[in-house]
Amino acid sequence: MTTAERGVWSALRWAVARDLTLAARSPAAAVLAIGFFLLAAAIFPLGVGPEPEQLKRIAPGVIWACAALAMLAPLTRLYEPDYAAGVLEQLALSGRPLAALVGGKAIAHWLAIGVPITVAAPLTGLWFGLDTAAVLVLVATLAPGLATLTLLGGLCAALTLGADAGRGGGTPLIALLLLPLAVPVLILGAGAVDATENGLSPAPHLALLTAFLLVSLVVAPVATAAAVKIALE
Amino acid sequence: MTRRINWFFLASPASFFAVAGRLTPWFAGASVLLLAAGLYVGFGIAPDDYQQGSVYRIIYIHVPAAWMSMFIYLLMAGYGVLALTFNTRLSAMMVLALAPTGAWFTVIALITGSIWGRPTWGTYWVWDARLTSELFLLFLYLGVLALHHAHADPKRADRAAALLAIVGAINVPIIYFSVKWWNTLHQGASISLTAAPKMAMTMLTAMLLVALAAWCYTFAVSFTRVRTIILEREGRSDWLQKKVSA
Repeated sequence: MTTAERGVWSALRWAVARDLTLAARSPAAAVLAIGFFLLAAAIFPLGVGPEPEQLKRIAPGVIWACAALAMLAPLTRLYEPDYAAGVLEQLALSGRPLAALVGGKAIAHWLAIGVPITVAAPLTGLWFGLDTAAVLVLVATLAPGLATLTLLGGLCAALTLGADAGRGGGTPLIALLLLPLAVPVLILGAGAVDATENGLSPAPHLALLTAFLLVSLVVAPVATAAAVKIALE
Repeated sequence: MTRRINWFFLASPASFFAVAGRLTPWFAGASVLLLAAGLYVGFGIAPDDYQQGSVYRIIYIHVPAAWMSMFIYLLMAGYGVLALTFNTRLSAMMVLALAPTGAWFTVIALITGSIWGRPTWGTYWVWDARLTSELFLLFLYLGVLALHHAHADPKRADRAAALLAIVGAINVPIIYFSVKWWNTLHQGASISLTAAPKMAMTMLTAMLLVALAAWCYTFAVSFTRVRTIILEREGRSDWLQKKVSA
């Protein structure tokens, strides 16, 4: 391994460890995200009626949309506090690869918010009457899907850094930027569960979802680092 | 005798301000003439469709608008690349100047498509791959505009919007194919948009004339808009003061 490669990995590890420590010290964000996810999923049966057949049919889309929306609110906190406190500036000046540092922050955010939502998802599957195979596929799609959403969402959050809330910045703007970009994830994730329900193989959906994750893993940290640099200029 | 062309001549707001000012009336005039010619051919000369009667004639507006909605996004992303790589202010201003026109063409394409869809398909909206991607294209345009507006600092706004335009351009094909795939899984192909019947020559002529008119309109409007942006941003600079007082 060259020195530069070692620099990338140590920067990544450092950022993951730091943000995970911070997340562990204030677990309220994760608890709130899970709470929002469960609550959003719970109001759908109240809206559309409790017929098991209908609930089962809308379950993949509803659960996936609720998970995606639950990811949104915490994204505001991914870069904003570090930006306000001057931490981002120090990171950019540290001489370490900024793409690795923001990549590490994204991974930590996924571990702190995305994974708890993924773990809570089987409960909603139960509410909507999904069978075991479909629940397993739901978890298998949420894991890479929410990671992709975190990477894309981190980019959108970084783009809005320094934006004026009075001029339409903040969470609604992140939502407007992220949701169109997130359409493929939503389609593939819900599609895999849907396919399982209908006796088809979820493998093609999962393969494409993983491909989208890998592309995001390569592109998003570099673009996010560029966005952070724009905010710091 | 080798004379080097200065490729960056037009990248300076000062020189582009003058060039754009001179070109705008020509593009505006050409746009009006081409539109009049195109609509005349489309609504006056082109024959009724064998199956659809006269309803189909809305495609003379719909198809050029849909083309423009996509071309302008690519053009905008291209200017975004220029803005971030060469750090040229004018390229970033073009991103901002093109976005509203692109968004309007997207709206026109969606509305005319719905008007055509009602008598032809019996519904204003289907979740077809093209319609859905076009809808999300509109949201991508709105995102660029909203992001630019949210930043109070114009330089930061320019660069953030340019980066977002590039990311969006990478994502548009992915959205299109994922929606297409989703659509084919969910419902049988009840309507085939791709297998269009062969078109009469006059119909094609009309459509191309309107498309050219749309291009000229886009240049005229975005040049006017970019001149306004230059006036706003560089109002205190020497060259502009001289120009205004002269």
